[in-house]
Amino acid sequence: MARVKFLCDADRCIECNACVTACKNEHEVPWGINRRRVVTINDGKPGERSVSMACMHCTDAPCAAVCPVSCFYTTADGVVLHSKDLCIGCGYCFYACPFGAPQYPKVGNFGSRGKMDKCTYCAGGPEADSTRAEYAKYGANRLAEGKLPICAEMCSTKSLLAGDGAIIAEIYKERVMKRGYGSGMWGWKTAYSDSPTG
Amino acid sequence: MPSSISNLRALCAAIALLFVFANPAVAQLSFKPTAEAVQEDKLLNALKEGDKITGRITIPDAMASSLIQPAGRDWRDFHRSKLPIIGGVAIIGMLALLAIFLLVRGRIRIDHGFSGAKLLRFASFERFTHWLTASCFIVLALSGLNISFGRILILPLFGANAFATMSAYGKYAHDYLAFPFMLGLIIMFLIWIKDNIPGKLDLDWIKQGGGLLSKGQHPPAHRFNAGQKGIFWIVIIGGALMSVSGWFMLFPYIPANVTELQFWTVIHAVIAMLFIAAMLAHIYIGSVGMEGAFDAMGTGEVDLNWAKEHHSLWVEEEQAKGRAPSGSAARPVAAE
Repeated sequence: MARVKFLCDADRCIECNACVTACKNEHEVPWGINRRRVVTINDGKPGERSVSMACMHCTDAPCAAVCPVSCFYTTADGVVLHSKDLCIGCGYCFYACPFGAPQYPKVGNFGSRGKMDKCTYCAGGPEADSTRAEYAKYGANRLAEGKLPICAEMCSTKSLLAGDGAIIAEIYKERVMKRGYGSGMWGWKTAYSDSPTG
Repeated sequence: MPSSISNLRALCAAIALLFVFANPAVAQLSFKPTAEAVQEDKLLNALKEGDKITGRITIPDAMASSLIQPAGRDWRDFHRSKLPIIGGVAIIGMLALLAIFLLVRGRIRIDHGFSGAKLLRFASFERFTHWLTASCFIVLALSGLNISFGRILILPLFGANAFATMSAYGKYAHDYLAFPFMLGLIIMFLIWIKDNIPGKLDLDWIKQGGGLLSKGQHPPAHRFNAGQKGIFWIVIIGGALMSVSGWFMLFPYIPANVTELQFWTVIHAVIAMLFIAAMLAHIYIGSVGMEGAFDAMGTGEVDLNWAKEHHSLWVEEEQAKGRAPSGSAARPVAAE
């Protein structure tokens, strides 16, 4: 099995936010939650770059390590998923996540944050693949249909890449070689540096 | 008409020149917007501890403007490796100390036995406040320990579903009982502060080890001795820190900043471990550890001999006010 990852080539991102919109539409993500977002660094200054960011599906994921009820699991593809049946909405994964991925549906209402929601790499959850129960809790399971995450699939500039980590890293390196510059594989050092093989 | 063409050319050149002069950035562009863009490596290396890479976002959630916060991994490591050591040393260490103390010193008896005469030590409102706070504390401590260590200690016994259900109820209990606990803290502070101001007498008490280590030694004390004053201030200061840090965790959108939330959760966890260890000692000496001590918070009335041994000056004050029996200590009543 491949170890799947996301890679945002910030030199190609035009901040169109289509990845954000496609994700919300594909999974019917509730109001107030953005599983993916586009952050613009040095906005308005020369050399500004936009980065599309969601859960990076870390190696030794901090969220999974701190969860008091151990509701996270990693699939054979390296996707970090969680069970909303087990989640108690304590907020620990939010504190630990380097990428601000975990979010909660009920904002500011103390003691009732609700079940955590985050990017699933379009891989659903612990329920049986492509069932109504799975869709209601986690959204579409495109991986089970043999498709890649919708955000990367429809990125108009092919800035956002998803797939086998080794292959997308190679694509990015070729691009950098060819054009002569690259602002970096955003988040990779933080997400995957715990294991040299990723 | 060649002249009109040359006029047009001159006009075009003039317009082009105007653009160049009106927009000096185009004329003097030395910055290459492709190759000299922000670099993730440089931003990461420039980060100070606890800092994060942030930018502008177009969604209303302000916290989403944080792109990468590597400190999340440090927070993970704190919870995975540091907190179990802090908690283990504090709590298991305290239980071990108390066990050794019980084995070596045994139960601290009333040297002159029960006199049979009683005097009021804690009025009903004081006892109510104590038990309100104490019962909340016990639930808060157990549910908090469950959040910290339940995954290691209880999850394997219960299974994932039962443990998650229990933890969810535990979390609700923790969230809601925080409020009566804070109320109890405030009342305790108000009603007992006057008897808990440290004084010169406390130094003598501490020098004599509170008489805890040797039989028959009882340094004089007013209503509260130095040890009890210590417990009072541990509860007040520890409780205040727990309340402030807990408040931010209950209302995470007040700081609206993940770095601050990380700081307060670490404070909450570390103080909690020390607090629980201190309260174990308090519970021990108020129950198993000392004969006659539990009555103070149980019925509210303590035996005159117990009071004379542990709070000699307080008994004299109470007797002067006519609120305590003046029976002599040399009137032991055999225990039935």
